Amino acid sequence: MTDAALRPLPEGMERPGVARGLLSLVRDRYLLTLLVRKELRVRYQASVLGLAWSYVKPGAQFAVFYFVMGQFLNLSRSLPPYAIFLFSGIVVINLFSEILGNATRSVVGNGALVRKIFLPRQLFPLSSVLVALVHFLPQLVILVVGALISGWRPDLLGVVAGVLGIALTLVFALGLGLLFAAINVAYRDTENTVDLILMVAVWFSPVLYNIALVRDHFGADSWLTWLYQANPLTIAVELFHRAFWWNAAEPGIRDGALVDHVMTRGVIALAVSVVLLWVGDRVFTRMSRTFAQEL
Amino acid sequence: MGSATGREAIVVDALVKRFRFRHVHSLKETVARWVRGRSENVDEFTALKDVSLTIAEGETVALLGFNGSGKSTLLKCISGVLTPDEGQVGVRGRIAGLIEVGAGFHPDLTGRENVYLNGAILGMTEAEIEERFEAIVAFSEIEEFIDQEVKFYSSGMFLRLAFAVAVHTDPDVFLVDEILAVGDEPFQRKCLDRIRSLRAEGKTLVIVSHDLNMVADLCDRGILLEHGVVVMDDEPHAVVRRMRGEA
Repeated sequence: MTDAALRPLPEGMERPGVARGLLSLVRDRYLLTLLVRKELRVRYQASVLGLAWSYVKPGAQFAVFYFVMGQFLNLSRSLPPYAIFLFSGIVVINLFSEILGNATRSVVGNGALVRKIFLPRQLFPLSSVLVALVHFLPQLVILVVGALISGWRPDLLGVVAGVLGIALTLVFALGLGLLFAAINVAYRDTENTVDLILMVAVWFSPVLYNIALVRDHFGADSWLTWLYQANPLTIAVELFHRAFWWNAAEPGIRDGALVDHVMTRGVIALAVSVVLLWVGDRVFTRMSRTFAQEL
Repeated sequence: MGSATGREAIVVDALVKRFRFRHVHSLKETVARWVRGRSENVDEFTALKDVSLTIAEGETVALLGFNGSGKSTLLKCISGVLTPDEGQVGVRGRIAGLIEVGAGFHPDLTGRENVYLNGAILGMTEAEIEERFEAIVAFSEIEEFIDQEVKFYSSGMFLRLAFAVAVHTDPDVFLVDEILAVGDEPFQRKCLDRIRSLRAEGKTLVIVSHDLNMVADLCDRGILLEHGVVVMDDEPHAVVRRMRGEA
């Protein structure tokens, strides 16, 4: 379809169903909040624990990693307080996983609606982000409380690192989520690809071990080290370590434990992710024209 | 409010809509086709072939045709669910598609929650929904069950509530697809009354139905589609007679 070849419409008329970008959703705030509420209601429908599940799952995950990695493999001795190190990484990975996993399935999952009524389709991936944030906040509270008990005190740079880390995770996950959600409409392989990505994400970012291990293994100048450090998720995890673990750790332990220039890398990774989000939004908008007939 | 003001409500300009069926979805099949030397894996079907029409504000138009003639596709292009492959569609004012009532309903939510969610999906603001909530519930006649989950509703109750939300959205252009088959006879009569009052208010209506006598009486213009082409555009009773082979 070439828009240029179309005759102009009479004054005051609009073309229905024109897909617009993410920013146009400001108008649909109310619908967005209803979609988020629906998602949360439906997910915890007929469930005794309800929202408490969002505590139970990361809690169990934390316990497993803490005992296996921290105690059995003895990592807790090299990175005290290891519980804080571990948990600050886990919450970032959980936030990322939930956004990406749910956003990827969001358009296909709402197929009944997409096929019948015109809505800005970006609403579906975007509501995944908000739902994930609802689950993320209690985890963040637990992290802060735990860190305080372990002797952590907030510092300005740490707060900036934390905010930057959250922003980076959200933008990166939504950018990828829009891209995968659009491709998933035509190729359902995407869901499995994303599951694979999420499975390895926790191992290929410094959640369970510190980044010095990677540097020592590959060598500081190796392109593999470079690649590892170029992963925005690695940087987001390190920003959270800087925010919640660094101030609680002994100076002898924390020196060299994180990636160097973590703040600069954070800003660069955020800038790259913003570009990715822009690309993801463009691709999604373009592909959304045929969603209704492909589903 | 009078009816036709002379301005166009809907303009369909040289509209072409094709559907592509992508048959090959698995790697195994792709390899098999490639080995056999067949590369084409897309079939095309043209549902609308160069359709042009103009509907004026305040008109009530019946889209007629047998199954597969492209009526629903045209309605979906007007509502924006489908994007034209060639040509364009223009609409003036807010549009509401009753293309399939209850599409936005979720069985696990209560009637009340569904009214809010569906109202917002159909383009109402929070204030508008709150203002019309009573009227919607009264119209649907399910007052005592409004706080029950929709999955416990009978199919008639479900459709009544969905229809009630849809007719209270107050759009300028109303697209109605086969929804008048909803509910029992008293409720059907109520729906028809509601549609007539929308018509009297000067709303533009485009109606698809297989109940030919009913739409012919309800509408002031009939458009007949055959295999994606407009073949007749006239007084609705005349169009229905042609469909029945009487003229």
